[in-house]
Amino acid sequence: MRFNWNFDYVKASKYFYTASIILTIVGIICLAVFKLNYGVDFRAGSNVDVKTSINLSKEQIEKVLVDTQLNQKDVHITPGEGRVNIRFPEVLSPTQEATLKGALKGLDAKASPEVNTVDPEIAKELQRNAIYSVLLASLGIIAYVTIRFEWRFAVASIVALLHDAFMVITVFSIFRLEVNLTFIIAVLTIVGYSINDTVVIFDRVRENMRFAKVKNLSDLKTVVNQSIAQTMTRSINTVFTVFIASVCLLIFGSESIRMFSLAMVIGLLFGAYSSIFIASPLWYALKGLNKDVKPNAPKSTV
Amino acid sequence: MKRIITFVAVIVVCIAVMAGTSPTLLSKMKLGLDLKGGFEILYQAQPMVPGGKITKESLNQTAASLEKRANKLGTSEPEVSTEGADRIRLKLAGVKNEDEVRKTIQKPAVLTFRSKDGKEKSADQYNKIELNGTDFTENGATYHIDEFNKYYVVIIKVKDKSKLAEISKRLFGKNLAIYLDETLLSAPTVRAELTDGTASISGEYTREAAQELRDTINLGALPLKLTEKYSQSVGATLGKLSLDQTLRAGIIGSLIILIFMISVYRIPGLVASFTLIVYTWMLIAFFYFAGVTLTLPGIAAFILGIGMAVDANIITDERIKEELRSGKSILSAVKAGSRTSFRTVMDAHVTTFIAAAVMYGLGTGPVKGFAFVLMLDLIVSIITNIFFSRYLLHLLVKANIIKSPKMLGVKESEIRAL
Repeated sequence: MRFNWNFDYVKASKYFYTASIILTIVGIICLAVFKLNYGVDFRAGSNVDVKTSINLSKEQIEKVLVDTQLNQKDVHITPGEGRVNIRFPEVLSPTQEATLKGALKGLDAKASPEVNTVDPEIAKELQRNAIYSVLLASLGIIAYVTIRFEWRFAVASIVALLHDAFMVITVFSIFRLEVNLTFIIAVLTIVGYSINDTVVIFDRVRENMRFAKVKNLSDLKTVVNQSIAQTMTRSINTVFTVFIASVCLLIFGSESIRMFSLAMVIGLLFGAYSSIFIASPLWYALKGLNKDVKPNAPKSTV
Repeated sequence: MKRIITFVAVIVVCIAVMAGTSPTLLSKMKLGLDLKGGFEILYQAQPMVPGGKITKESLNQTAASLEKRANKLGTSEPEVSTEGADRIRLKLAGVKNEDEVRKTIQKPAVLTFRSKDGKEKSADQYNKIELNGTDFTENGATYHIDEFNKYYVVIIKVKDKSKLAEISKRLFGKNLAIYLDETLLSAPTVRAELTDGTASISGEYTREAAQELRDTINLGALPLKLTEKYSQSVGATLGKLSLDQTLRAGIIGSLIILIFMISVYRIPGLVASFTLIVYTWMLIAFFYFAGVTLTLPGIAAFILGIGMAVDANIITDERIKEELRSGKSILSAVKAGSRTSFRTVMDAHVTTFIAAAVMYGLGTGPVKGFAFVLMLDLIVSIITNIFFSRYLLHLLVKANIIKSPKMLGVKESEIRAL
């Protein structure tokens, strides 16, 4: 099957710009007002995840907590199929942890608890570290893309990259999805994917620019639209395969990386979207600023 | 014909090597705590004495003594690493008596100089404590090469001159043993009465041994207190379940990708599927040789790598289809398609590699781990999905195996006449 992907992507881009800008503003407001729904990694406290062979009720766990004097204020107990999650707002001491584990074994001899205790400082530090790393990595990308392509491609690809990372954060903020350390890794993965995806389309734009006789803006637009159309099958097939892998992880993967997989799935879609509807038209806009669009393509390639 | 034989031989050798080594590689794969269970503690070190300073040596020495203790407690392959100026991360797997381990490990290392009290049961046992770690001047121990330029000598310095003088007088000609916790490090003989508060220990030390002894003594003089900043314990069953589920998800995902590639791209899709399998194998082999511990962030980078590897194949195969549709012959379409897509794929890989390298340089903990695996991904991907894939496809085309554009996923009706 072969579709004709010819379409005025550049013209349509104003709607996508609007959509992305609205989403970004919503995201900024959301982040400012609701902040992110930080998981236990970012909050002081202890998170106990217990895998059980029998289903335990909330009452049973509550009784255990009273018996072991671990009934802190605001303890959240979430029972589930074959597992129970208990969240303590105060950090459990090693002795308390052992007491709890012992008491749980009393309820279900096969109970296998996972205890996470965190000083939120560490998670915040990691978050800061991740943000700095991404920003400095962006500088590295700008340098390389400017040398290999030209600065306009570099700027457009960084905008797309930051857009994708921010969109995932926005979606997590709007839907109050839990943000843990693995989320940071997911955002890094999306950054990697986004840049990869954008460079492929830009490479085609660069190639077409070498053979096209661009005299005015409309010629330039044709080049961009054609380049997107030519790489469309590839874009769709690639997104499809990576998407399938992520969805499989989301459906069949373990509980502990569910949020990670979800962030990946959302990020992938945004990554593909931004390469086509944000990055390429943005390059066109930047290039168009240059009043006398040169008759021949710049000698940017070797 | 010769090319067909080469092609078959390459495939057979690859399969044989992969089949032969995979069981070993997989069984030797080091899994992180989030996958196999165990516990991880991040310590913050502080000097025991107020106003004391943490030096790089003292932190490393503390980490080394943590590792020794963890080893003694019978845990399997403890991993200890220092982070920043004052942190130590400890990872232990397969611990049963977790509380006991935590308590023992956190205690600071105790340095003592001992003599015999006559009740010892063996020759290398010393019971009477003569000097404690805190009797030594902070950062007072040094080492230098001896007058024969052969061995190294460690110089120690104590706070109380008279104490050392008394001990050296009493133990003249006898041994003064150096202990860290209950481990005998060295038992030098006292050869002089030491009145100026310093002593030199010569025991045919190599440079490394002298350095280690110096650091041990300095650390003993200024022990670091460790407080738990972060701890995570993962039940082994839960870890195992996570891993099984994640692996199963990965296999299902990969199968769908392979079926998709073959049905859309036919012969090149088949080649791509094969190189993707080689890619996975080679990456695992790289993990083995680079001593990578596989954790969840590592798996994330692995998935991203698979995505980009598939993408590299899709870009090439799409390009070949395009060239075919424009009316080129199969051979020249494959040649032109591989050539033009090569630059695209390389640019995409190099850009991502730069991002990964920066993250590796700046990142800590999981960020660093993720970036490292991503860099490996990209290198292996270039080898298998660009060069190897192209080599196989060219062999097939030159051997005249691919006779119609259909075998490349292009219908005759789509081809434009030149």
